[in-house]
Amino acid sequence: MNNYLLISIIIVYLAFLFLVAFWAEKNSKSKWVNNPYIYVLSLAVYCSAWTYYGSVGIASRSGINFLTTYLGPVISLPLWILVMRKIIRVSKQHKISSIADFISLRYGNNRFLGALVAIICVFAIVPYISLQLKAISETFEIITDETSYVSTTILDDSTFYIAVLLAIFVAFFGTQATDASQRRKGIMTTVAVESILKLTFFLVVGIYVTFYLFDGTTDIYRRASQLDNFKEITSFNGLEAGFNWMFMIMLSFFAIFLLPRQFHVAVVENDRERYLKKAIWLFPLYLLLFNVFVIFIAWGGNLSMTGNVNHDYYTLLLPLQNNNLILAMLVFLGGFSAVISMVVVSTLALSTMVSNNLVIPYGFLDKFIKGNPEKNANYIKNIRRISIFSLIIIAYFFYVKFSYELSLFSIGLISFVVIAQLAPSFFIGLFWNRGSAKAAKTGMIIGVLVVVYTLILPFIVNGLIGDSSFVDEGLLGVEMLKPYALFGIDFLSLEAHAFFWSMFLNTFSFLIVSLLSKGNYRERNYAEMFVNSSNYANLQEGAFVWKGEAYVSDIRNVLTRFLGEERTERALNLFNIKYGVSKEEEMADARLINFSEKLLTGSIGGASAKILISSVAKEQPVSLIEVLKILEESKETIAVNKALKEKSDELTLLTDQLREANEELLLQDRLKDEFLDTVAHELKTPITSIKAASEVLTTDGDDMPDELRDRFLDNIVIDADRLTRLIHNILDLEKLSSGREQLEIQLNQIDKTIKKSISGIQQLASKKGVKVVHQNESEFNAKYDEDRMLQVLTNLLSNALKFTEPEKGMITVAAEEQEHLILVVVQDNGKGIPKEDMNHIFDKFYQSKHQNIKKPVGSGLGLAISKKIIESHRGEIWVDKKYKKGARFVFTIPKN
Amino acid sequence: MKKILIVDDEPNIVMSLEYTFKKKNYDVFIARDGGEALEIAEENVPDVVLLDIMMPNVDGYETLRQIKQNDKLKHTKVVFLSAKNKATDIEKGLEMGADKYLTKPFSVKKLVEEINELLE
Repeated sequence: MNNYLLISIIIVYLAFLFLVAFWAEKNSKSKWVNNPYIYVLSLAVYCSAWTYYGSVGIASRSGINFLTTYLGPVISLPLWILVMRKIIRVSKQHKISSIADFISLRYGNNRFLGALVAIICVFAIVPYISLQLKAISETFEIITDETSYVSTTILDDSTFYIAVLLAIFVAFFGTQATDASQRRKGIMTTVAVESILKLTFFLVVGIYVTFYLFDGTTDIYRRASQLDNFKEITSFNGLEAGFNWMFMIMLSFFAIFLLPRQFHVAVVENDRERYLKKAIWLFPLYLLLFNVFVIFIAWGGNLSMTGNVNHDYYTLLLPLQNNNLILAMLVFLGGFSAVISMVVVSTLALSTMVSNNLVIPYGFLDKFIKGNPEKNANYIKNIRRISIFSLIIIAYFFYVKFSYELSLFSIGLISFVVIAQLAPSFFIGLFWNRGSAKAAKTGMIIGVLVVVYTLILPFIVNGLIGDSSFVDEGLLGVEMLKPYALFGIDFLSLEAHAFFWSMFLNTFSFLIVSLLSKGNYRERNYAEMFVNSSNYANLQEGAFVWKGEAYVSDIRNVLTRFLGEERTERALNLFNIKYGVSKEEEMADARLINFSEKLLTGSIGGASAKILISSVAKEQPVSLIEVLKILEESKETIAVNKALKEKSDELTLLTDQLREANEELLLQDRLKDEFLDTVAHELKTPITSIKAASEVLTTDGDDMPDELRDRFLDNIVIDADRLTRLIHNILDLEKLSSGREQLEIQLNQIDKTIKKSISGIQQLASKKGVKVVHQNESEFNAKYDEDRMLQVLTNLLSNALKFTEPEKGMITVAAEEQEHLILVVVQDNGKGIPKEDMNHIFDKFYQSKHQNIKKPVGSGLGLAISKKIIESHRGEIWVDKKYKKGARFVFTIPKN
Repeated sequence: MKKILIVDDEPNIVMSLEYTFKKKNYDVFIARDGGEALEIAEENVPDVVLLDIMMPNVDGYETLRQIKQNDKLKHTKVVFLSAKNKATDIEKGLEMGADKYLTKPFSVKKLVEEINELLE
């Protein structure tokens, strides 16, 4: 393919990534940017060019060994729910922005330790980045077929320009905020997009090789099994190989936690803890998919390729051999994506460490104390940007100088082994509060020295200088000190051997030094906060022990230099509100010191934050015992406060209940008053009528016509009856309400009762021309007081009769048996119940405003009594609000 | 002939009152609620209105308020006839501008006397 065409495609692709990042930054609240899938896919930054190209190379030469790199992470993922969640919680709480900050903070904000971790990371990762650049350069050559052409100067090496473009990308999107603990949505989204692309293209080429170039997996297997070295690369070579496997798996297990880029995507960029739940199954699935075709591509390559070719690049060479340029191009872009995401995230993470744990705490603090907030923010950003460019440039030169001698796989492994030196202080420190800063430093330094001795030094002496006596005879000719077979262990692979010895000595010295020397109080304080993070989570700033003198105004000044007036003011206000501290308070307490340190940690790293704050605070050392005592006390205070709060909540609840009861009583009282008022009024009406008629008859009885006199007399009788009925009903209701009424519950047939009620009202109904229909007659029994049930039915029927039109009226009664109860419906085709009355018709003496002006016959107690009767049968009565063709009353009673 | 308007939703009470006042040579009008009463009053301008308080639709209080607002009816006297016999009820009725407040059950004879006195 033409050189310039490829460069154009690369530029278009990079422009596309810039656009994606730009879009994601602009829409940083969008759910396209904030979801668990972006998180999981960004974890796949783990799959670099090593995975994309290197796995095939390993598989073609030494079989399934490539799998160890993925088995470690897969084994570790179920632990994430426990371990990673703890790491994320602690990191969010302390605004941690890198693994160097994490480890340094765990050991009391130790400046040297942070710097040491940063240096180890740079030492391990920069060669790894150069290898990625090497992959770009080599694949570029394969695609453009430039094997004869060797670039002589930097300026005509396309890899150099790509490296510079990547540096610009990271510098632009990685330093938007001064606070390094904030998320970089733009970068993470591009990484996720690239993860999709690299997996897709890799699967495409896998399918192409397996099913297009060959006849499926069995075909490849059959043909590969006839190759000379097949047995060698597919079998498992005894116990020694087993050890190799175990160590390699442990190595990748550590790497998934400790690689700066993995810590960055998994911890710093984590938005929500619950994303972990998705990660623990989706990420292994991603890794599995990536590895499905590796072995087939490797065998396919072994079968089709002859001569001196780089096995790593079978994925490119196979399509090219078959003149499938477009596929080769896609594979190239997939590999390019793998490289970009690895380089971008790694430099981002490293630059944060270099600036916050190396440059700032060791040289720039004085400058910051004098500068103003904007200048300081620019300083910090510039330090990071310069770090980014320096790292990539160094990686580039490393690639130019050394990388010809090493394969992707070996540099990747060396890098893992170096990074693994953080493991003892990281993991043990997370669960064991005795681990001290001195021990962490000792362990790491010893570990790295062992790696240098067993892996790097022999490579330099043997490979670059060409003197093999060191490797063959050991240091100064001492057999035991042979770098590849220390103390006679000669059955492990180079990397497993280095890993074993470095890790053993590192862990051992970490434990011994921790046990021999206790850390100072500050270390122990942070150790407690990390190890027992769940205990101190709700203490927050209160978990920090500090004694000394500091003025709030001094601290405010320091904060202002980094955050500016406004943000400082806001942060301090928040602090005052959170802890109920007065604004006038002049002296700072431990909580404010810790709060301020955290505020600065994101911008300049934990160690620098501590140094800055202590420059304005006179701290008095506290004894270790005191630290533990204070911590215990604050935990107890929290517990006591919690208990008090519970008691107080209980009391509030009780008070509320009392108040409610009281209100209920008052309401009952008022209702009773109202009831008595209404009763009095209702009684007075017929009495007034009787009295008036009697008076009329007394004075004029003799003079008036007989007919009129009879009418007055009739009125007296009617009103007397009404009075009687009223009194009877009131007493009835009172009896039912007070529960003094004994129901005569017997087994009855509901249909018989309905028939009785209908025949009671039949005469009146026929007179009015209203039909009464008994539907669905069937025999079922229920236990109830039949007289009372008749009362309810009669009341409902006479109401229905009252509100239906003469000659057109139709009343239906039906009973229905349900699982545990009997349901009875009484409905009519009258004018229905107005909406506003629906909720009141069961109230005593409630009379609809819509009733005829002519007062209907009735006491106004019928429905209230019916309701009481049904309720005393443990049933329910209601109006069917949905029924529109008239009124429909429904009641239920339990069968038993 | 004096005009009297009897407003009550109890037909039996109305019947006794109607008979009594006709006998006393009153021109008697009957309404069964406030709304009807206001229509009849507007048309016939009675000298006195006997007004129940608890009635459907427009109650006695509202009827009184509207009578008081009507210029045509400024000479019409209003007598409340109500079962509400608490001191606060009576006070409220009189405050609203009723000329008399009689509680149910009332004496017909006494009622006639009161009306006569009111109209002199």
